[in-house]
Amino acid sequence: MEDFRSEIKKMSMSEFFPAIVHMKSDGWRLSQICATCIPGGYEMSYSFCRDYDMVTLRIEPGENEEVASITQIYPCAFIQESEAAELFGVKICNIKPDYRNGIYRIDEETPFRDKE
Amino acid sequence: MEKTRLFTLAGRIAGNLFRKPATVKYPFEPVEYPERMRGHVENRIADCIFCGLCQRACPSAAITVNRADGTWTINPFDCVQCGSCVSGCPKKCLTMESGYREPDTVKTSVTMIKTDNDMKEARD
Amino acid sequence: MPNRSIIPFGPQHPVLPEPVHLDLVLKDEIVEEAIPSIGFIHRGLEKLVKKRDYKQYTYIAERVCGICSCGHGLGYCLAVEQVMNIEVPDRAKYLRTIWMEMSRVHSHLLWLGLLGDAMGFESLHMESWRLREKILDMFDETTGGRIIHSVNQVGGVQRDMDFAMLNGILHAVDDIEREMKPLVRTFLHDYSVQTRLKGVGVLSADEAVSLGAVGPMLRASGVDYDARKLGVCAYGDLEFEPAVSKDGDSFARCEVRLNEIFQSFSLIKQAINKIPQGDINVPVKGNPEGEAFIRIEQPRGEAVYYVKGDGSKYLDRFRLRTPTTSNIPPMVSLLRGSQLADVPLIILTIDPCISCTER
Repeated sequence: MEDFRSEIKKMSMSEFFPAIVHMKSDGWRLSQICATCIPGGYEMSYSFCRDYDMVTLRIEPGENEEVASITQIYPCAFIQESEAAELFGVKICNIKPDYRNGIYRIDEETPFRDKE
Repeated sequence: MEKTRLFTLAGRIAGNLFRKPATVKYPFEPVEYPERMRGHVENRIADCIFCGLCQRACPSAAITVNRADGTWTINPFDCVQCGSCVSGCPKKCLTMESGYREPDTVKTSVTMIKTDNDMKEARD
Repeated sequence: MPNRSIIPFGPQHPVLPEPVHLDLVLKDEIVEEAIPSIGFIHRGLEKLVKKRDYKQYTYIAERVCGICSCGHGLGYCLAVEQVMNIEVPDRAKYLRTIWMEMSRVHSHLLWLGLLGDAMGFESLHMESWRLREKILDMFDETTGGRIIHSVNQVGGVQRDMDFAMLNGILHAVDDIEREMKPLVRTFLHDYSVQTRLKGVGVLSADEAVSLGAVGPMLRASGVDYDARKLGVCAYGDLEFEPAVSKDGDSFARCEVRLNEIFQSFSLIKQAINKIPQGDINVPVKGNPEGEAFIRIEQPRGEAVYYVKGDGSKYLDRFRLRTPTTSNIPPMVSLLRGSQLADVPLIILTIDPCISCTER
């Protein structure tokens, strides 16, 4: 299993969107989106697969910083972005299609967010 | 490519009328449990040293150990039969036995008390 | 002027006992839009990783879902092992492979049964589940649990299989293989099955990739991708080719799963023939520090496990991207433009596991 690439690339918010467009045009498919709470904000990991290689792009938005949705480029991202937005409280804007924060029918708002 | 057919399962369905049932007629027939089956946790309380490792190992917090009173309590309704306590037990007095516990209409817990060389099981 | 109406589908629906809700916007009998909502049984198990230590959490990872239990435990252990740089003994790798393939057989047989049930072909449903019972009995005998096995642990497996057990598995596999033959004929060549499945819910290869389909869903559309080819566990030593079909319709998905059952039989036999002697686990000391992504092929598709540890015995983050999470976007897209009567069938052919999605 060591023959296949699996790397994590950290990047700034401004580099992020062009990188996603680049991944799409290179033929990578979206594998997963993971939100993690870190002090003062979030850590968003977007993993992409092509054949058996895997690359993860990582950004660290601040608590109130807006992240652009990648659903324009990867339409299937809506469910995992909704998960990050509705459970963790990551500010993801312009998720298409817009279900108005309604995919998760839960009582509590953003239950996975780290509360002080 | 084999061609499309009709009534491909008809023979089997007709045959089923004369076959023995595939299931065991529980509870009229006894069920044989395999040796390794994780059914419920048992404690040989005489060997127990109340170290509390099982309490810490339990992922569903079903076990309470009280060293001061010498009691070991399990809540069988919380137990998920994972065997974590059994593999963590230093005295090997916990065992996983086959067979299920009796169902009940209210949640009960089982407390085992160790008195001097004497075992007694109290149910509350 | 066509009638527009909204029909709620679920959270309780006869076709699957799990709570997923869809608002179906209909124009006469044709679905215009399907609006999914989940979260009815969200248990927050990913967050529980901060309250249970990383060894205990194996048992919780296994209990994310009943049918995929074996894989979830395995994927979690593999991720922690990668973080901690643990090399698992060879025998443990083979045992994991055997159990994983048995769980694939039982998951696919369960799905075939549900498919029979969804088509109204009750005998097919019962026959599939009767065969599945033999695999469950072998699980009961070798691991101690019918569906929740609790055999994986960080550093290897907890229980070994002796010669008699391995032989028992071979016998069970031969029995099922023999009895599967008439069922395969019915699934692939029966007139009523074909009329119900062919041309329903067609997903092209390009759509499957861009919508993120995984597992049999992806392979039924002709994309040759199987995460087992990454060579985790003993898969690197065994010979197999991903089962692929071209048409991308419900029938192709059924065909792929049937072929995968036979592929699993062959993998089980190969693994039992090659299994080496030796230890089944290595002692684990210390706490995980670092992060790792692991992909394994669950019966329902590729699952991604992410583990991040900070050197304490509680992990910082555990993420499980289940196959169904990935398969919901293609499902929603397939529903658009389908007949209302086909909705339950299309939902079923993605093999949805809502419990997995709502871990």
